[in-house]
Amino acid sequence: MTLTLTPSPSLQPQGWLRYLSFSTDHKVIGLQYLVCGFLFYLVGGALAGAIRTELITPISDFLPRETYNEVLTLHGTVMIFLWIVPVVNGAFGNYLIPFYVGARDMAFPRLNAVAFWLIPPAGLLLISSYFFAGAAQSGWTAYPPLSITTPATGQIIWILSVLLLGGSSIFGGINFIATILKLRRPGLKLMQLPMYCWAMLGTSILVVLSTPVLAGTLVLLSFDIIAHTGFFNPALGGNAVVYQHLFWFYSHPAVYIMVLPAFGLVSEILPVHARKPLFGYTTMVYSIMAIVFLGLIVWAHHMFTSGTPPWMRLFFTIATAFIAVPTGIKFFNWLATLWGGKISLNTAMLFCCGFIVNFVFGGITGVALAQVPFDIHVHDTYFVVGHFHYIVYGGTVFVIFASIYHWYPKVTGRLLNEPLGQLHFWLTFVGFNLCFAPQHWLGLNGMPRRVAEYDPQFTLINQFSSAGALLMAISTLPFLINVVISAFNGAPSGDNPWNALTPEWLTSSPPPVENWIGEPPLVHEPYGYGQKPGQLNLESTSGRELWSLGQTEE
Amino acid sequence: MTSISDPNLNPAAAAAAHEHDSGEHGHADHRMFGLATFLVADGMTFAGFFAAYLTFRAVNPLPSGHNYELELLLPTINTLLLLASSFTFHRAGAALRRSNHGLCQRWLLVTALLGFSFLAGQMKEYFSLPFGLTDNLFASTFYAITGFHGLHVTLGGLMILIVWWQSREGGRISINNQFPLEAAELYWHFVDGIWVILYGILYLL
Repeated sequence: MTLTLTPSPSLQPQGWLRYLSFSTDHKVIGLQYLVCGFLFYLVGGALAGAIRTELITPISDFLPRETYNEVLTLHGTVMIFLWIVPVVNGAFGNYLIPFYVGARDMAFPRLNAVAFWLIPPAGLLLISSYFFAGAAQSGWTAYPPLSITTPATGQIIWILSVLLLGGSSIFGGINFIATILKLRRPGLKLMQLPMYCWAMLGTSILVVLSTPVLAGTLVLLSFDIIAHTGFFNPALGGNAVVYQHLFWFYSHPAVYIMVLPAFGLVSEILPVHARKPLFGYTTMVYSIMAIVFLGLIVWAHHMFTSGTPPWMRLFFTIATAFIAVPTGIKFFNWLATLWGGKISLNTAMLFCCGFIVNFVFGGITGVALAQVPFDIHVHDTYFVVGHFHYIVYGGTVFVIFASIYHWYPKVTGRLLNEPLGQLHFWLTFVGFNLCFAPQHWLGLNGMPRRVAEYDPQFTLINQFSSAGALLMAISTLPFLINVVISAFNGAPSGDNPWNALTPEWLTSSPPPVENWIGEPPLVHEPYGYGQKPGQLNLESTSGRELWSLGQTEE
Repeated sequence: MTSISDPNLNPAAAAAAHEHDSGEHGHADHRMFGLATFLVADGMTFAGFFAAYLTFRAVNPLPSGHNYELELLLPTINTLLLLASSFTFHRAGAALRRSNHGLCQRWLLVTALLGFSFLAGQMKEYFSLPFGLTDNLFASTFYAITGFHGLHVTLGGLMILIVWWQSREGGRISINNQFPLEAAELYWHFVDGIWVILYGILYLL
């Protein structure tokens, strides 16, 4: 099918200027999220570079201690709230979900634009606090009483910007839920949706249920700082542990808000490049929903050293261990999708494989951390830092890169340069593992996190870790060069370079303003790979059923 | 390779499905659904506050001489005022659906009046209470929760006044455009429902 772009009359700015406008086009907003998020990723990366530079030596020489605390707080906050959450939800969600449900835009386009435009001011506010008043020093968790006793101005600016970002996130979540449930093209059943829709539905439910609790908690915290109330201040009769409960009621689901969409994106990319139906569609859907449910009742496993009573430790240990079941189902489904496929080992696929390797490692250390005796041993050490980065960097950021390589031709109509992409992957993969794998050893041997100085016996291993961080910094260069050069000189990709079957590819690349000229396609079987066209069973509702029909040659 | 002149694209099925579509650009209105989702989120904020309050109460004893007792008469009257306002708002909606704009406006005005009376009662209670915001943990939590709810009532009251103005004869709200009124009504019922829970937890428990 060939489609031509017809100019549609519009009051919106055209050309590149529309990316700086209050555009309501979901594709423009998706790219706004992506580019804005990537700029903040560079900032967060520079902050990480400062941290790793400081940790090359055991004494505090590169950064003063207080600056180190500001830098680590900014690094965590920028990476989580301005890079991973907006990109893996906002960027890909906005770009892909309307295609997947067969709609011309999101359910609430103006709310969508508002949600995006809350992010740049909030991010600039957060970063500028470093220059004006000194940034917050209490880490991205802002635990009281530390957050009450450190300088107030930076902490209040931190709270304000997180509130703005939380609002943006909630607006986005409402929009995704309405779009997926209400804007589905007539004739398209829920169990025929591409997996990313299910991931975003689950994520958005978590966003809507948990983010407001964080917002309320931060308002109370700001009262403690400004009005000297005593909600979380033990000196005034308050209870600091209640803050931890409320904070983790958001921030544990936040881990799934960061990683569930990545699960969805991997489930889109793997079948295309392995030329096989997604294995176990139905089990994938149920395991996403199981993760959503379990994700809401495991928060106190972050608090095993906060005087939690034994029954609470027992409950949260068991509930946390249960999460390994749906996650394991997804992991084996991905392996089964790859098994026996005609795999193109291109950059997108490499990053997906990197994700699977890193994520299973991060998942295993996660199950270990859920066990109370082990957790108490490594609590607040570099083991936790290593585990967390295996989930969010080795997991989610790898998937973000895979997705960029996969959907770049969709957005630009050009292919990214493959050798540069492979260089990017190998630098990232080696650098990442060199940076974070040794941190598990450091943690097991007792190196505390969030401290600018450490015992000199850890020097050599820290230097390995910092060398890995340097590799990761270098790996950004081939990526940046690739993305910029290919936008102008990349090989033309055609409309559907991967011969993919999901609906976003069944239109021109780049797509026209309202996604399709004429009727949106009705895709009953988004993963019908490896079938001769005539043998495709259009009545089947999932890749699993197609798979059980037996593979046919292409 | 699978070619993309594709079996997935079944023109017959697509055309059949389109028959049921309510039209390309005039698709169904999902704003009430969006609002309901937002209210779930808003409700979770209150749920967080209530959970914090109940935990404080269970594990943090107040200093001697302080207690959890509040005066009951005024808040009970306030509860009745809010419950009545939910009923009057419902009557306003019913009047609009019969295109009786005058009656609709009268009921809206009564609703707004009840809402602002609630706020006045709340103010009176604040000024007569023997404790201030920072006196103890209970005082802080009490003012934070009732204040946050009062903020919701204030916004709701302003919304009702806007809806009241727009539902005049020839205004923006009519039997063909009931959304602003219905949205404000749903929000008002929500605020009312939260108050009932709040009343139970803070005053009765």
